Amino acid sequence: MMSNTILKGRAFKFGDNISTDHIIPGKYAHLRSDLPELAKHVMEDADPTFANKVKPGDFIIAGKNFGLGSSREHAALVIKIAGVSAILVKSVARIFFRNAINQGLPVLICDTNKIDAGDEIEVNLATGVVTDLTNRGQLTFGKIPKVMLDILDEGGLVPYITKHGNFEL
Amino acid sequence: MGKTLSEKILSEKSGSDARAGDIVIAQVDLAFVQDTTGPLTIRQFKEIKHGRIANPQQTAIFLDHAIPSPNRQLSNDHKFLRRFAEDTGCLIFEGGSGICHQLVAEMFANPGDIIVGADSHTVTAGGLGAFATGMGSSDIAVVFALGKTWFRVPETFKISISGRFRKWVGAKDLVLHLISVLGADGATYKALEFNGNTVANMTISQRLTVANMAVEAGAKVGIFPSDNVTLRYLAAQRRGNKYRPLRPDDDANYERAIIIDASEIEPMVAMPHTVDNVAPVNMLAGTKIDQVFIGTCTNGRLEDLAIAATILKKKKCHPSVRLIIAPASQQVLTKAMRIGYIQVLAAAGAMILPPGCAACLGLHQGVLGDNEACLSTANRNFKGRMGNPEASIYLASPATAAASALTGEITDPRKVS
Repeated sequence: MMSNTILKGRAFKFGDNISTDHIIPGKYAHLRSDLPELAKHVMEDADPTFANKVKPGDFIIAGKNFGLGSSREHAALVIKIAGVSAILVKSVARIFFRNAINQGLPVLICDTNKIDAGDEIEVNLATGVVTDLTNRGQLTFGKIPKVMLDILDEGGLVPYITKHGNFEL
Repeated sequence: MGKTLSEKILSEKSGSDARAGDIVIAQVDLAFVQDTTGPLTIRQFKEIKHGRIANPQQTAIFLDHAIPSPNRQLSNDHKFLRRFAEDTGCLIFEGGSGICHQLVAEMFANPGDIIVGADSHTVTAGGLGAFATGMGSSDIAVVFALGKTWFRVPETFKISISGRFRKWVGAKDLVLHLISVLGADGATYKALEFNGNTVANMTISQRLTVANMAVEAGAKVGIFPSDNVTLRYLAAQRRGNKYRPLRPDDDANYERAIIIDASEIEPMVAMPHTVDNVAPVNMLAGTKIDQVFIGTCTNGRLEDLAIAATILKKKKCHPSVRLIIAPASQQVLTKAMRIGYIQVLAAAGAMILPPGCAACLGLHQGVLGDNEACLSTANRNFKGRMGNPEASIYLASPATAAASALTGEITDPRKVS
């Protein structure tokens, strides 16, 4: 399991169908080779204040179909650069899911209605339990497929392949 | 138990008995990037130790999203991509050649192939019977290096379509209707597999339009059987030898079956800001629009320009509307000029852009102003998609787009011709 199995931070809440255009719009394509500059615009079209407020360790909490749209891995990347430790959602779009795991960013499926904006959250990646320290509620998140867990354990796909030289199922 | 198209292709390419839910490692026939996902892919590729391209002739870079380049940063990205192609011997298609998905259809995609691209609309090649899906840069970098990747074998929804389309109703209306039935996440992780007598009569251009938008319901692939229509297309593209018939088994297992009567479908429009927010055109008639965009990997093919030219022939666009036309490829542009479609559209007042993605993703060539509305033949209407979160995007067919360009408001194409 990942070395850092207990994650702690505040909840930033978003709705359903947060697209890759909300996360990092296509109009910033010219900044994609300048990631620190690109990351200043993270989540801009969903919440223009997010980039200034988010702190390392915080969580993105959202509804269903998070990350729909483009295959741009920059969407997962700018969220990671912003310091977000995990994304908790009701459901996630397929390409974004692979991209986030490939960047070593956990996406956890759970009933996010039970988490309010600003709550202090603790996630235990080893036990699969999310604790809302503000309302004392507990949630469990769905299992991540083994192949993705292995990639997550190595910190992402590129480090995984660099180490193993191939896929090991 | 028989197999779906996806199970058949993944079985063959993985050398295993692939069934829905299995994880397999499969050989890839073509891996590609475009100019906005390519630079990150190459940087990831270079991080993989001893990374050499496994199959340079099955690895392609398309310059299509930002051509001609609007600024120095993207020009430098283009330089970086050209240099990589030079160093590694992979294929590169210069700005103006066309949109990656159109070029993949014209030059590469064959029935039974596995195609992966760093672009979500890679699903388009499913129109030719390929298992084609979009991935991010890390995944594609690894395919560049290894020539293979892992897949979870998808469950399949069987979409059966019968009946004849009404006049000025077509593939775009069909797929917008389907997405409204499924919802924007209704087919997440699933394969959409199309069949029925309507499908047998659909051209490859129409099949590509439908497959292109499978991802807008969350699907991993949208795949058509391979038949005589496929053969004729491949032969016309000078690779008839790559044809093979491909059908699902009669006793294949489907998670869900959806039946559509094409004769009941109206011209459809997706309203802001999600693709599943769909209504028949008549419910939106009269909605004022500022820009009409006909093009993209969804609807920038010759048949699409033919429809627009038929409706706009010897007419002028409404003075309050800007009409933008971007053919999907150089082949489309050349044919459209030879037949005279481009001349008709230019005479109607259209701006003709070079083959490429153009206004679709909001980085240039038609960015919307505050509170403006665009009717586009593209595949996405997300907030901010066309460069401005204060603007609105409606999605429709080339027929509805051309009719609306005439009137300056959303218009049923049956009302103007």
